[in-house]
Amino acid sequence: MDVVFLIAAATLRVATPLILCAMGGLLSERSGIIDVGLEGKMLMAAFFSAAVAAVTHSAWWGVAAGIAAAEAMALLHGLACITYRGNQVVSGVALNILASGLTIVWGNAWFQRGGQTPALEGQGERLMPLFFPRAGDSILVYAALLSVPVTWWVITRTRFGLRLRAVGEMPLAVDTAGISVPWLRYRAVLLCGLLAGLAGSYIAIAQNAGFTRDMTAGQGFIALAAVIFGKWRPFPALGACLMFGLLDAVAIRLQGVRVAGIEVPVQLIQALPYLLTVFLLAGFIGRAVAPRAIGLPYEKEH
Amino acid sequence: MRSRRPLPAWAEIVLLPLVNIALAFITVGIIVRIIGVDPLRALELLVVGAFGSPESIGYTLYYATNFIFTGLAVSVAFHGGLFNIGGEGQAYIGGLGCGLAVLALDRYLPIWLMIPVGIAAAALFGAAWAAVPAWLQAWRGSHIVITTIMFNFVAAALMVYLMVNVLIAPGSMTPQSRNFEPSAFMPAMGGNALNLSLVLALVCCVGVWGFLWHTPWGYALRTMGHNPEAAVYAGTDLRRMTMLGMCLSGALAGMVGVNELLGVHHRIVLDFPAGYGFAGIAVSLMGRNHPFGIVLAALLFGALQQGGAELSFDIPTINREMVVVIQGLVILFSGALVNLPRPWLQALLALRRS
Repeated sequence: MDVVFLIAAATLRVATPLILCAMGGLLSERSGIIDVGLEGKMLMAAFFSAAVAAVTHSAWWGVAAGIAAAEAMALLHGLACITYRGNQVVSGVALNILASGLTIVWGNAWFQRGGQTPALEGQGERLMPLFFPRAGDSILVYAALLSVPVTWWVITRTRFGLRLRAVGEMPLAVDTAGISVPWLRYRAVLLCGLLAGLAGSYIAIAQNAGFTRDMTAGQGFIALAAVIFGKWRPFPALGACLMFGLLDAVAIRLQGVRVAGIEVPVQLIQALPYLLTVFLLAGFIGRAVAPRAIGLPYEKEH
Repeated sequence: MRSRRPLPAWAEIVLLPLVNIALAFITVGIIVRIIGVDPLRALELLVVGAFGSPESIGYTLYYATNFIFTGLAVSVAFHGGLFNIGGEGQAYIGGLGCGLAVLALDRYLPIWLMIPVGIAAAALFGAAWAAVPAWLQAWRGSHIVITTIMFNFVAAALMVYLMVNVLIAPGSMTPQSRNFEPSAFMPAMGGNALNLSLVLALVCCVGVWGFLWHTPWGYALRTMGHNPEAAVYAGTDLRRMTMLGMCLSGALAGMVGVNELLGVHHRIVLDFPAGYGFAGIAVSLMGRNHPFGIVLAALLFGALQQGGAELSFDIPTINREMVVVIQGLVILFSGALVNLPRPWLQALLALRRS
């Protein structure tokens, strides 16, 4: 029983940033803006939340700074993709590389620890578990779980959500109805920034006690994979995040375990989210169809 | 927004890219200023660090070699309208192929045979790693951008597994293979890391130029990039062109393995692609997808890499990762925000005409 509890808790801990990030990516992609830059937004948020939490000794200022940093990146992405109709994938790649460099350069300049931020002291500077000290259930874990029904409700039950989906499928129709395509997409991109900011803050000041270089370690891409795996729908994406989280949680426990006489390589389990996504996209397990206008800049005729 | 006259060709080809790059470097200057260093002093140290001595020039050219390979890789795919973000993984697997060939044969083959076999193996493995995403896009309709990203991670996991469990030298504590025999050492040019791979890179440049602009396949590939429907109408098999473009791209990325493993490390190590694959996107964008431009851009990035390393010794507040920041900004301004200065230039040129 205890093992089950620990594995479930570990799954949830690992899945939390994935869920937050995936909901953000989902909102952005449903509006037609590809977000390859989730990783960069999370990394930037992780750095600023840890840096500000260390300086102000307040976890909450840390979270605020993390959100602000991710929003700044989101605005840049919006500027490039929506206002200047640039290539969305190129913009995302640029933001990832920029974040990976800037966090280390600034971290090194400000704290002289080779890119790390000072270690955060338990209570106050970090977000601590609320109910189960062994489970690590900080408030952001619950926020992540809550973000899924909220995203679902926003997308399927509100006027904003309806328009958001429409702008991702056929922006011309939305424009013809007299609704601003850029403003809708900006709101989607900014919501994505908010969620990615929470995800990054969680990694730096709840899951860990400070920032280390490249600490997001591909989780933004796993979240992106979860969005695709969930076929751009919130609850299936949650399922994918939990599955990837479970894989990660058992990977540590499976180290050295033999199945039918063959040792399961940990690396195989680590690579599974990526491999499964490739299989899914190739149509070997179901079919994932992206929003129709995804990746296409909208140009108003004039 | 009122539509203006399009820019004249010279402004489109020369002025706009220069303005974009200038914007990127102005932003770099601001960031350097923010961390409390005089940008001009940093620039001076950087230039001296990159070109100040024969040794530093050697390192600059050695880094540039990698950037040429990955820049060419990105641009070949890009001419076919394919965005290959998998250069990192293809370089990794290309290096694996190169290393495996050497580990198998370096005790039997003379150097003049071993080196070409190593190069061929790198090209083959790099191409194979790119062929899977290409096949998946061409036949199964999955998007090449996502698949190549995923393949980078799969390559990294595979390499860690192989190095830790299979290829590790007996008795070694760190995950690296046994040392290659001297028959697999790429001949050095000068004293340090610079080796004949630079010549290979320049040959690849000429080859890519000849392929793209002087062969029917290159023509078909570029047509596919410009207008896939027209390409189909002209009888081009898009699936085969996708495979060809991506395999060439992967083979070029795999050459990083030649420069790194045959040229410098002389064994298989972990993490040798070290971001060159991603940097190739910046090189390609900056070089306007033309081999000549790519050589210039690769030289610049090589100088930044080498000069940046020297700079971080002199001014510890500036980190080596400054180079990564510059790469990101170049991709942002010459790629994603390429249209940013266009209205300014249009207004400026319109002003001159009236």
